[in-house]
Amino acid sequence: MSVRRLAKEQPDSFAFKKKSEDEIKFWLGKYPEEKKASAVIPMLWIAQKQESWVSEPAIREIASRLDMPYIRVYEVATFYTMFNLAPVGEHLVQVCGTTPCMLRGSDELIKICKNRIGKQHEISEDGKFTWVEVECMGACANAPMIQLANGEGDHYIEDLDAEKFEKLLDDLAAGNKVEYGPQSERNASEPHGTSVLSDPSLYDGSKAKKIKLPNTEKAEG
Amino acid sequence: MSEDLRKIIVDGEEIEVPNSYTLLQAAEEAGREIPRFCYHERLSVAGNCRMCLVELVGAPKPAASCAMQVKDMRGGPNGEPPAMNTLSPMVKKAREGVMEFLLINHPLDCPICDQGGECDLQDQALAYGRTGSRFPENKRAVEDKEMGPIIKTEMTRCIQCTRCVRFVTEVAGSPEIGMIGRGEDAEITTYLESAVESELSGNVIDLCPVGALTSKPYAFNARPWELKKTETIDVMDAVGSNIRVDNRGPAVLRILPRVHEGVNEEWISDKTRYAWEGLGKQRLDRPYVRENGKLRPSDWTEALTIAAEKLGGDASKIGVVAGDMNSVEELKAVKDLADALGVASIDCRQDGAKIGGGARQDYLFNSTIAGIEDADAILLVGTNPRVEAAIINARIRKTWLNNDTKVGVIGEAVDLTYEYEHVGESAKDLAGLKKKRSGFIKTLKDAKRPMIIVGSGALTRGDGAQVLNAAGDLAAAVGAISEDWNGFNVLHTAASRVGGLDLGFLPGEGGHDVAGMQSTALDTVVLLGADELDMSSFGDAFVIYVGSHGDNGAHRADLILPGAAWTEQDGIFVNTEGRVQLASRSVFPKGEAKENWAIFRALSERLGKTLPYDNLEQLRMKLFEDHPVFAGIDHASGAEGAADFDAKAVGQAGDVADEAFTSAVSNFYFTNPIARASETLAACSALRSEPAKVAAE
Repeated sequence: MSVRRLAKEQPDSFAFKKKSEDEIKFWLGKYPEEKKASAVIPMLWIAQKQESWVSEPAIREIASRLDMPYIRVYEVATFYTMFNLAPVGEHLVQVCGTTPCMLRGSDELIKICKNRIGKQHEISEDGKFTWVEVECMGACANAPMIQLANGEGDHYIEDLDAEKFEKLLDDLAAGNKVEYGPQSERNASEPHGTSVLSDPSLYDGSKAKKIKLPNTEKAEG
Repeated sequence: MSEDLRKIIVDGEEIEVPNSYTLLQAAEEAGREIPRFCYHERLSVAGNCRMCLVELVGAPKPAASCAMQVKDMRGGPNGEPPAMNTLSPMVKKAREGVMEFLLINHPLDCPICDQGGECDLQDQALAYGRTGSRFPENKRAVEDKEMGPIIKTEMTRCIQCTRCVRFVTEVAGSPEIGMIGRGEDAEITTYLESAVESELSGNVIDLCPVGALTSKPYAFNARPWELKKTETIDVMDAVGSNIRVDNRGPAVLRILPRVHEGVNEEWISDKTRYAWEGLGKQRLDRPYVRENGKLRPSDWTEALTIAAEKLGGDASKIGVVAGDMNSVEELKAVKDLADALGVASIDCRQDGAKIGGGARQDYLFNSTIAGIEDADAILLVGTNPRVEAAIINARIRKTWLNNDTKVGVIGEAVDLTYEYEHVGESAKDLAGLKKKRSGFIKTLKDAKRPMIIVGSGALTRGDGAQVLNAAGDLAAAVGAISEDWNGFNVLHTAASRVGGLDLGFLPGEGGHDVAGMQSTALDTVVLLGADELDMSSFGDAFVIYVGSHGDNGAHRADLILPGAAWTEQDGIFVNTEGRVQLASRSVFPKGEAKENWAIFRALSERLGKTLPYDNLEQLRMKLFEDHPVFAGIDHASGAEGAADFDAKAVGQAGDVADEAFTSAVSNFYFTNPIARASETLAACSALRSEPAKVAAE
């Protein structure tokens, strides 16, 4: 981690789009009016999902919506490294560099990132990639791993090695569809070569009981 | 409310303290000193510096004494009272450890640091730290942040105590400073490094326990041990903040707050803090006489001769106007001289406030400043306390924040740093409020201790006396006056106003007030440090200006008698709540300037009406004899005599104009000649007016 600052070049304005507004409504609905500042992290996250980063006008917009001083939102945005304070490429590659991943070869992945994408936090020449090294994301059983953040959401891509990672980046650059999750024969974090838990219906959600999440209208699987 | 007491053992000594005390307070109760950086009595508890660690007997780890309460302590296994140690080897080691960590990233630049000699970190490192560091790595460096003309930053020195963040958020009410980043990269900054827009921002300099936030105008000027410290009173507004003036030789180098729970707690406004800069500039250091339209340097003999000649003329054609920063003694000397000469046109209200003459409660802040914290509803009439009395505004904010006090405003809807109900804008709204049934009037009526604060802006209007009456009427109607509470308050803006009113420095029989003096053709006008006037309206009158600064008055003057500024003479000042306070001389008057009372004593001799005192002691004895009220030093009368106070009788009954109220202060930083001469305050003022300029373009 290093000192986090707002990007030098900032857009003139920021406005939430329709989809974001719907999400904001959902999140604000979770908190009483006088405690709406609690929604600051979801709001920042929504802004980031919309623009791929959190700009200074976005910070001000969020602050005024939540009746917070600008500096309070600024504090939160700089505290959490998950908020990008500068624009990122189409695909944000977050490589885990913590001990289990490092022991399983994450430095290989980082080396590839450096070669193919460039410096950390910077957008690659083709505008497709930005990479950052992050701390443990809790998928140590499937080390080494990355989290890929793009228009489709945030997904873990695990059980990587140099070769698989190169191919993954090739596919992403070419716009091919990639498969998320373990890149080995595993479904999840079960031992390699095991035959248990191999039934595909375990993973497509068909066996799960429908539950209703709190404060949501739709039941989610 | 009686609190549960609990027996605890501090270093083997059993004491009984309230349950709600923190361990730190309990230790202080037991006479122990606990080192601290982030903890401050008047701010919320942060608990992040860890310097106040103490040993809890039976607990495996030391505890931060500022953040743990006595009620959370655990007793011994056999029912013994809980025990803590503040002097044990474990505590010593813990403090050494914390200190070592704090110093890891703190530069050892004390020789070039302005905080040197009065630095909490320096002192505590000496008292509680180890001799050396075991840290061979590089120290962290942090970029300096811009925080405006007042605060100089050296952020590498910051130890992240967050006192400044908590101060601006809680006390000043302008949350602009924050801590960004985290861990080793945490930094204190304002949003996008803008200047802090608060009238109280200078206090973060005092709060900063290290040299990260220091005073920009004072930078590299002096070391604390070179300075002579004089405890005195501020005159920038009518609050009468208790201050300490530090000087080296003839130069005042800084002004710091002193603690006075009844007045300013331990804060002062930026204007108070940086008025000293104005003390060295634009000074009148010798008498001047106007000749052929130009001021010519003169000497005292000539100047006093001319003045005596002019004042010896027709007494009905002479007027005397006192300014905003005159001590009671000089007003007394001037008034005695005017009485001896038969001059009836004297006035201490250069702003033209329609106040004075009646009972003392008519023009005092009767609830007292500390009393604001007892109020449960406050109505502000024609006042913007944020600029008129920033310290009082901070008190109102404090009670609004802590006690859920409701605030209403009749007047301009400005940002007061707290929420309020905008009840109305004009005097009509005030007069009509009594008849209303719902809204803020209900809040006032339901309140046990309502306060009505009338500002100078409401009293300087043509219908000032009627506005005052309407406010008094309202105070009586909502039950603001009872035996132990007087909720009728006048908020003055001038330090010398209450003193002048107490003295009866008002037009005598057949005399004119300020407006009258300006509209009638007078032969001679004496301006006693009075600068906030329309100077062109004195016509052909011969103007004698007695004062310290070359400002409006001196520009118009035909004769200038150089006087002392308030730091250059002993004097009595009475603040808006009627508290009589003693100001002391810090330095001598500049050049040939004399103490103001002495100028009039000398003048009286020339006029053959020698005043009956030869020194300040005799003057004070005479003053106390004639006006015993001034002898009660540091006494604010508050609700005394409230039972006999008829609020309905204040001012003058009559109709009020349907005109919106405006504040008496349009520019916080420029209310008097001393402040106008200060470069720092000018820079602050320019910074504040910038947005307005941009908007106007």
